[in-house]
Amino acid sequence: MEPLEIAEKIKEIFPEEVLSVSEFRGQVSVTLMKNRIRDIARYLHDDPDLYFDYLVDVCGVDFLGKKEKRFEIVYQLYSIKHRRALRLKAEVSEQDPTIDSVTSVWVGANWHERETFDLFGIKFKGHPDLRRILMPEDWEGHPLRKDYPLQGPAKEWSGFEDVLERSRRFKDYEWQG
Amino acid sequence: MEDIEKAFETRELSISLGPQHPATHGVLRLVLNLQGENVMKCTPYVGYLHRGIEKLGENRTYFSALPLSDRLDYISSMNNNVGYVNAVEKLFGIEAPERAKFIRTMVAEMGRISSHIIWLGTHVLDIGATTPFLYAFREREIIMDLFEMLCGARLTVSYPRVGGVRNDISQEFLDKLYEFVLDFPSKMDDYETLVTENRVWKARTVGIGVISAEEAVNWGLTGGMLRGSGVDYDVRKYAPYDAYDKVEFDIPIGKTGDCYDRYIVRMQEMRQANRIIKQCIEKLPAGAVMADEPKFTLPPKDLVLKDMEHLIHQFILITKGPTVPEGEIYMGTEVPKGELGFYFVSDGTGRPYRMRVRAPSYVHASVLPRLCEGGMIADVITNIGTIDIVLGECDR
Repeated sequence: MEPLEIAEKIKEIFPEEVLSVSEFRGQVSVTLMKNRIRDIARYLHDDPDLYFDYLVDVCGVDFLGKKEKRFEIVYQLYSIKHRRALRLKAEVSEQDPTIDSVTSVWVGANWHERETFDLFGIKFKGHPDLRRILMPEDWEGHPLRKDYPLQGPAKEWSGFEDVLERSRRFKDYEWQG
Repeated sequence: MEDIEKAFETRELSISLGPQHPATHGVLRLVLNLQGENVMKCTPYVGYLHRGIEKLGENRTYFSALPLSDRLDYISSMNNNVGYVNAVEKLFGIEAPERAKFIRTMVAEMGRISSHIIWLGTHVLDIGATTPFLYAFREREIIMDLFEMLCGARLTVSYPRVGGVRNDISQEFLDKLYEFVLDFPSKMDDYETLVTENRVWKARTVGIGVISAEEAVNWGLTGGMLRGSGVDYDVRKYAPYDAYDKVEFDIPIGKTGDCYDRYIVRMQEMRQANRIIKQCIEKLPAGAVMADEPKFTLPPKDLVLKDMEHLIHQFILITKGPTVPEGEIYMGTEVPKGELGFYFVSDGTGRPYRMRVRAPSYVHASVLPRLCEGGMIADVITNIGTIDIVLGECDR
């Protein structure tokens, strides 16, 4: 089955969810509504003819001012059995930056979704452990958003004072063995 | 009797392993909840080396973001470069000349050997064998010297370029490399004599960190981690790039998916890499090493210095970047750690609108709790060694 046929099949089963199908350099992307992403993922994973068992990647893209819905969550899928690739894109608006987590389908989505939460501020509903991962836990803002500045005023990270304070304290510590 | 039980009563203890710990291979921190020597819970903390490479890449042209890929997995930067330029070429719709493809395949396999050698050395060192570590660095030094001869840099090479490679290779380089290739299998035999049937090594790795094929795929593992579990997924075979469809090589796979099988797989991979390099030298075609696509590739430097037209051309490409078709592309390549993927979203300008790096080390670090929980604390070190992560790539 060709990737375009798979896209047609998704359209058949989830007619209200598929917004558009595009192809570029032989790679097919299916743009979806975000509402039933977990059902679609489950279907693509379980159906023996499709069997997308390997979730390559999950990432976010910020289309600030370019598209009506600001964010897109991109899922790269691959079927090792059938040697086929497919890309799913789910649109997420700025007002309601939430989407269902697919960790129940692919465990490997766990850290990718945490990263997307960390760097884009998208909340994944049903994620087992949604915390910041690459940035410090008390970091403000989401660095990969397009309105996040590349450079800023010379301001230390808020946790830095705490680190200095602690190192001062540990210097005075006397070990009683 | 009660007194004895009371005397040996244990309570759950939580300790922090890393980020500054020699066995965590970088700045990885694990918080381990221990009940005696048993690991009840393992929580990895990453991000200490986060430099925002994806954000930086979005603010540079496609050419000047190439050196950023060196800094991902810094012990096999050649492979990262190959992955990056392949993805960009696919987005541009250009193709490198045949000779450049063979050269890239050759240097990528050299990078694979040097990365696997480091993995072997440090992994066995963690478990207690010092000798293979010293031998391993001896061979790595030869590869580093060859890289230096090739492009002047040893670690962060940036030798492959969009549309080909930076410069042609010399006969002297080929001779030296051929000498190395002929010699390398005997060096592999040395390592295998020291390690493969070693009783201590087997006791420490057989049956440790077992992950089944189905589970490994579900976790998104790639590279040696996946093939150790018996899945023959390898991007070089499944979606060949460069000259991988023109050389012969096998994909070694394991059976049980434990640390020992992953060791065997990676050792075999080094022999296969050696085989690929040998074929590349023998089959190396003549011709140009840079694609003739003036709109997408930088002009040769000697012409830029002499000719006005080329100078203007270079100026435009460097400052504004090439005019790229709108679209998006994902391209995965097989680096020593697993599948390194680049996902580009282009908005038609000379800079990527979004550059995403799918880092195998990141995925492999996420599987650590699965491997460590329920085991012993000594096996945590074995598991960190076997997943073969580089934190520069994990944190990006």
